[in-house]
Amino acid sequence: MGEFFIHAKDLWYSYEENDRKMPVLRGISIDIRQGEYVAILGHNGSGKSTFAKLLNGILEPEAGALTVADIDLASPELSDDDIFKLRRVVGMVFQNPDNQLVATIVEDDVAFGPENLGVPSAEIRQRVDEALATVGMSAYAKHEPHRLSGGQKQRVAIAGLIAMRPSCMIFDESTAMLDPAGRREVIQTFEKLNREQGITVLTITHYMNEAARADRVIVIDDGRVLADGTPYEIFADPGRLISAGLDVPQCTSLIHALRGEGVKLEGEPITPEECADLICRALEEKKNGNAHA
Amino acid sequence: MKNIALGQYYPAQSPIHRLDARIKVILAILYIVCTFLCKSALGFAVLALSAILLILLSRVPLRTVFRAIRPILFIMMFTAVFNLFLTRGEGDPLWAWTVTPKWTMQIFEEGIYSAVFMVIRIVVLILGTSIFLTYTTTPIALTDAIESLLSPLRIIRLPVHEFAMMMSIALRFIPTLMEETTKIMNAQKARGVDFAHGSLIKRAKALVPILIPLFVSSFRRADELATAMECRCYRGGKGRTKMRVPHLRFGDFLSVFLMLAFGTGLVLLNYYGFGYRM
Repeated sequence: MGEFFIHAKDLWYSYEENDRKMPVLRGISIDIRQGEYVAILGHNGSGKSTFAKLLNGILEPEAGALTVADIDLASPELSDDDIFKLRRVVGMVFQNPDNQLVATIVEDDVAFGPENLGVPSAEIRQRVDEALATVGMSAYAKHEPHRLSGGQKQRVAIAGLIAMRPSCMIFDESTAMLDPAGRREVIQTFEKLNREQGITVLTITHYMNEAARADRVIVIDDGRVLADGTPYEIFADPGRLISAGLDVPQCTSLIHALRGEGVKLEGEPITPEECADLICRALEEKKNGNAHA
Repeated sequence: MKNIALGQYYPAQSPIHRLDARIKVILAILYIVCTFLCKSALGFAVLALSAILLILLSRVPLRTVFRAIRPILFIMMFTAVFNLFLTRGEGDPLWAWTVTPKWTMQIFEEGIYSAVFMVIRIVVLILGTSIFLTYTTTPIALTDAIESLLSPLRIIRLPVHEFAMMMSIALRFIPTLMEETTKIMNAQKARGVDFAHGSLIKRAKALVPILIPLFVSSFRRADELATAMECRCYRGGKGRTKMRVPHLRFGDFLSVFLMLAFGTGLVLLNYYGFGYRM
């Protein structure tokens, strides 16, 4: 394997609309290593979903270089077998949980991927049980998918990919249609996959709080990379996010507002806990300062 | 809406539930043949008994079973009446009524027999197939069984796997689409569409604003599902394995043997039976 699991350089892609080319990706360059946990942020129409679809061979790049798992996706000689090989390694979870489950029973759905790969029956059984345990859905193995909640359905969809033993998983707005509880379940699941199984996780989202939990955040705007760094670096500059049509995490706006009022606060908290800590510390200091004076 | 049952499957633990679905399809076909082998009064009596025995064996409540017969009640009565009046016998008619000088209604002994037999045959036919197929087999098991039984047809390039896949996806999406229909109906009701009143044509017209969004969203779903399936390495039936490999057990072989013996018995009864013979 090369240095990067995903290597995209000067990647272009356009949709055709009324015979006119509408470029959505305008020379995007992103490198991602095996085992990273990356959030790709962008507003609607920024090109983030298009980028994800290129990584999985759903769309073909128009110009530029794109290599995923050592498969050259920009090559003109790309065969169906190459795409098949790619999809064994790179799994993708979509937005609508209803439209990705195929079978009438949860465990049959999880078995769908390995069945397609031609895995022997006994091993499929074992993989399905493991995958359902990983996402915490073992108790629902015999249930019908339409009786599950959105978060549970999405976890089943994830289990369906785990059973294929991929090395990378892409979540294309997979939490967008879920309620807060469902969203939490799903985010915890992909953090678990990244930490415990070393799976490269790429989450495409417009939720700041989801992005804040990743190891690295890439902000895409207008088909280009606007910013790339740790969540701390990204959220330290709220102006840049706002110019990209994105919100700033609530904690960040709170801290910046307090600073604007002259409160002395050190650091860039992004989770509510860190934020609370920081404010507590500032209050302590102020109390101590008053006592001394 | 979330609790709609797919098909009429009745979950229970019974010898018939435990049979392999493929065997049940074969048994249902054999049983249909058996109903047509019957030609004597004794044979029909045995046939009716066998149906009762099947119901008891399957542990499906009688009331549920007879629900299967309700839709065909009219056809049954129709057939019975026709057989009763139109069968000509050899002896004197039991009852005759001259409606006009040219047309008399007559009932012969044979007519009564043939009406009763027809009713028994239809009832047993419906009961037998619903016991073996719909009540004791889940739709998905049935789909798999049909795929497996039809798999020899792949030699003549019939897309058997694709057909089964379509069936199971249809089954998977019935509840989803029903839920969606309710949502759309509620949305249209909120905008003042009246589904319950007016003439038949008016009510049919009121369905248009439900059907159009439903179709549009089904196409969108189909498109997304196809992409998701491709992303999970689906390439049709070639090179696919299955998690569940059905194994035939002793009971499966025994059941087929019993069914064959039953059929042979019915044929023999046709010769040794007493009373009326068709």
